[in-house]
Amino acid sequence: MAITGESQTLSPELSPHLGIEIGEGTARDFFALLKPRVMSLVIFTAFVGLLLAPGEINPVIGFIAVLSIAVGAGASGALNMWYDADIDRVMSRTATRPIPSGRISASTTLAFGIVLSVFSVVVLGLVVNWLSAGLLAFTIFFYAVVYTMWLKRSTPHNIVIGGAAGAFPPIIGWACVTNSVAIEPIVLFAIIFLWTPPHFWALALFKCADYGRAGVPMLPNVAGERVTKNQIVVYSVLTAISGVVPAAMGMASLGYGLVAAALGIVFVWYAAQVWRMAEGDVKMIAAKKLFGYSLVYLFGIFTALAVDNLVGRVFGGGA
Amino acid sequence: MEQIELTDAQKKARRSRSVALAIVLAGLAALFYVVTVIKIGPEIFSRPM
Repeated sequence: MAITGESQTLSPELSPHLGIEIGEGTARDFFALLKPRVMSLVIFTAFVGLLLAPGEINPVIGFIAVLSIAVGAGASGALNMWYDADIDRVMSRTATRPIPSGRISASTTLAFGIVLSVFSVVVLGLVVNWLSAGLLAFTIFFYAVVYTMWLKRSTPHNIVIGGAAGAFPPIIGWACVTNSVAIEPIVLFAIIFLWTPPHFWALALFKCADYGRAGVPMLPNVAGERVTKNQIVVYSVLTAISGVVPAAMGMASLGYGLVAAALGIVFVWYAAQVWRMAEGDVKMIAAKKLFGYSLVYLFGIFTALAVDNLVGRVFGGGA
Repeated sequence: MEQIELTDAQKKARRSRSVALAIVLAGLAALFYVVTVIKIGPEIFSRPM
């Protein structure tokens, strides 16, 4: 008896004669479906959005807000793994994920993703407010459908537009407190949105062969290394500029502005090192360094915003 | 009647999933209880007997 469409590839973990699926996926595998490293970024940026918002929120309600946003982001990650299982199999970076390695079936992942998506949106709506729930639902839709199912395999600008999905959490966090959207969280959105291309194109440069095998049209595969390096520099400069905007528009202090400027200058310096990398460089050390630093940059910017806000609250000078 | 004999790996994985599910459900029950108290307020404790 056939149970799922994946029974041929997942025969070791199925009992086809009884129509029962018996997986070897552990709790850790299900957690891996949520893309915990991406989730940590979502949790942090959503928390900062929530912290910077004017107004009060009960700490427990705030905790549930961040938890719901994290679970919603994780659910969209699971839906992404369900849809991309075919290309994950041929990429070294993703071949050990739960579906390609056969520990969890694709149909189980799909059900897991849908249930968590609905659950996170409903809980956020009932406990916090329906504006933030609607934004979370849109974010899940944008990542799972617009980015994963449409953009990722059809255009080299996939992560430019798709980056919006990862940029929404601070807006949702803000909406959880204020039940509205303002220019301040949109600035936070812009920082993450502009940061996403250099972050992923640095990765795409040193994983170019992987993406090529999988048939994903990343910029280095489609337009070449030179164009990618140029674009990395342009977006890195824009990211560095957007990083100081919170100070320029008065939502953060001058101290924050100086920290953001320093972080931004280093970001552009790393991007320049990538730009100077020789054509056909196989080690891609500069690209790997930019990829690593880009994570430091984003956590640095949002940590600086959070610290600046807390200092302002404690000393009564801001926020 | 046809029966399935689980392998050791499947038994271990099932136990891992069961424990995780129990922890998540217990956590959610506690969280929803606290949220109910917060949403309704202290009045939740003062009802006519």
